[in-house]
Amino acid sequence: MSGTLLAAALAVCLAAALAALALPSRPAVAGTGTALAGGLGAAAGVAALAGHGWQAWLPGLLPLTGVRLALDPLGGAFLAVTGAVAACAAVYGIGYTRHGSGGRVPQATTPLFVGAMLTVPAAASVGTFLLAWELMAITSLVLVLADHARRDRVREAGLWYAVMTHLGFVAILAGLVGFAAAAGGETFDQLRAAEPEPGVRSAVFIATLLGFASKAGIVPLHVWLPRAHPEAPSHVSALMSAAMVNMGVYGVVRVGFDLLHGGPRWWWLVVLGLGALSALYGILQAAVASDLKRLLGYSTTENMGLVLIGVGAAGFFAASGLPGPAALAIAAALLHVVNHAAFKTLLFLAAGSVLHATGTRDLDALGGLRARMPYTTALFAVGALAASALPPGNAFVSEWLLLQSLVHSLPASGVAGAVAMPLAVAVIALSAGLAMATFVKAFGVGFLAKARTPDAERATEGPPTMLAGMGAAALACLLLTVLPTLTVPALTAAVAVAVPGAGPVAEGDLTLRLAGISGTISPLLILLALIAVVAALLAGLRLTWRRRRAARLWDCGGGPMTPRMEYTATSFAEPLQRVFDNVLAPESDVDVTPLAESAYLVERVRFQAAVPDRIERRLYEPVLAAVAAVGRAATRLADGSVHRYLGYGFCALTGILIVLAVMW
Amino acid sequence: MSLWRKIVKTGRVAEPAPEREPTEIPDKAAELGGSLQIRHVDAGSCNGCEVEIAAAFGPVHDAERYGARLVASPRHADALLVTGPVTRNMKTALRRTYEAVPEPRMVVALGDCARDCGIFKGAYGVVGAVSDVVPVDVEVPGCPPPPEAIVAALRGLTGR
Repeated sequence: MSGTLLAAALAVCLAAALAALALPSRPAVAGTGTALAGGLGAAAGVAALAGHGWQAWLPGLLPLTGVRLALDPLGGAFLAVTGAVAACAAVYGIGYTRHGSGGRVPQATTPLFVGAMLTVPAAASVGTFLLAWELMAITSLVLVLADHARRDRVREAGLWYAVMTHLGFVAILAGLVGFAAAAGGETFDQLRAAEPEPGVRSAVFIATLLGFASKAGIVPLHVWLPRAHPEAPSHVSALMSAAMVNMGVYGVVRVGFDLLHGGPRWWWLVVLGLGALSALYGILQAAVASDLKRLLGYSTTENMGLVLIGVGAAGFFAASGLPGPAALAIAAALLHVVNHAAFKTLLFLAAGSVLHATGTRDLDALGGLRARMPYTTALFAVGALAASALPPGNAFVSEWLLLQSLVHSLPASGVAGAVAMPLAVAVIALSAGLAMATFVKAFGVGFLAKARTPDAERATEGPPTMLAGMGAAALACLLLTVLPTLTVPALTAAVAVAVPGAGPVAEGDLTLRLAGISGTISPLLILLALIAVVAALLAGLRLTWRRRRAARLWDCGGGPMTPRMEYTATSFAEPLQRVFDNVLAPESDVDVTPLAESAYLVERVRFQAAVPDRIERRLYEPVLAAVAAVGRAATRLADGSVHRYLGYGFCALTGILIVLAVMW
Repeated sequence: MSLWRKIVKTGRVAEPAPEREPTEIPDKAAELGGSLQIRHVDAGSCNGCEVEIAAAFGPVHDAERYGARLVASPRHADALLVTGPVTRNMKTALRRTYEAVPEPRMVVALGDCARDCGIFKGAYGVVGAVSDVVPVDVEVPGCPPPPEAIVAALRGLTGR
């Protein structure tokens, strides 16, 4: 059943791509097709999660090895998430691309991108996996570049993304091909059965981890993410940030747990450390960002970091002989993938609506959207609540699960665990607190108060398809909030693929009871209690209100307040920036121009403040500068003389022949 | 440490509380239960009255022990303490400040200028007395009124 659904989804993707190339009403055709494919893919994923496995070998599609597909519960979980995100984003894209980035190529590429993402978790051989992975990378690159003619920065972002994603691809390619060579076969079944030497296993794991981490936007390989996400069209940002980055996590879990059957504890401490670093660094950068989509991009880095903390902890526990906590940790990680996908889709789509309506992503130029765009504001609020990991949001449940797994397995995990786990708990707590500040800023500054610019004042709500896409994502957030008693047991089968022999993680109808740990949570009751408290407060206020009198806003007698007096995103983040001054290293520049007549009379003062990405500054710029220097030095080799080039060819050929003659 | 020594050495400087003059407390003030939050508005005063207000709320006369307190915003206040004749520049500001005070609200016109423009009567920049701009509940005569008179007027509102 799952196979039929997946095949139908892929066929619909291809048909939609072709139709988008040929037919005149492109956005509707591509959007409907992609949404349908997403729905079918999600259904296939749910069927695979429910235990309807599937395998297929299509020898004719790819030379030498053929295409080998298989669906198991682990792939099914990621397939379901990808499909659901694609459905929401595609419906939204119909309205979003009607004016603007509705070119023929981006429209036709969107269904292909979704098709590639649906194929990755279903790939069952190295060749198929790499093919789908590369297809996913290239189609997403085309989509990132959709607006290249309008903004210069798109090209720069596309270049960063292309280089980073292909360096990652090279790492994955090296790792998986080396693994296949050591295993003597390239299907995942052969890899599973193989028992390579420990050195080879570690090399394979580290190489693939690097590649997958670059796709998941993990620090220090995250630099493409805050560039590409803001510049891509918003529904593409949602697809990339909520679905594509998950594939990095999928890769780590598939290779580390399923194919290599776990490994030594240091592997997982590395994963845990990278996750913790990403969580903290990502949310810190998000907290000081004033570009709405850049903020969301850094928040993705943070959430993928949290997921990797769960994955690393799970591997660590499994290596320590604790399958119960390992299952709980990986369940928490998978649940967080699902939850993050739901709220990040919603947030990116809502940010896209703001961009669509106002033409700006700068929080300091927004404000006052509550009156002009009430639905988008409400939907963004739902997403922001979820993203800040507060009780009525869905991320609260998965972060709670993650904390439970880390806290309760402390006594049994040895010295390394006794050091790493409390640190991880502290990182999760700190990142949750910073996430709250970040989203209070994004919502409060971006949507409430007065409009700061005429563009924000003239904003209007988008077309119904955009609202429908956002509404579906918000509904998913709400359902995930109140129904973890359904989602956590549903993920049990996927958990069993990663940690064989683990029983059910949690059970319960209304209250989620963790197996083996005295932890219970009941999000539905929390939500009802919160609603009851708010209703009681409102009723109490209404009862105690006496006479009400409309009075003018108190402005200290100084005349009406202007939007320039409002709290901006930059000023909101300033205290945080000051606290984390050593980590963030913000830059400010004051430029005073005196009058020509006197040095004491000031004509103009220019103040500029920015928080550059420090890792990019310190790690990438020296490398880029060195590469550029080598390139400039190498131009002397190519001086345009044909004789010289022939000489190079001759020397290279004789060199190779000599090497071959000596070696063999 | 030297501050502590100073506190111990100086002791209590507040004068003993005089008996409250038995006056009728207005209904609006009785509703406040003896606690009166006051916002001071300088509507064009020569600052003589301000010096006396400072003295009334200083350690010697200590008006706060009778329940009166100066606050920083009309939104926090029960009463306005207006000094000086209302100048043209302050007319709108005074009206808006009065509007900003939550009900029940009172206005105390402090000093002769606030009551009837005093020596500024007829000056080109003066609009009129405080009662020409906002309704006045209590008047305190004097140019400037002594702190004892200010304290007595406020005690007439707090009832303590």
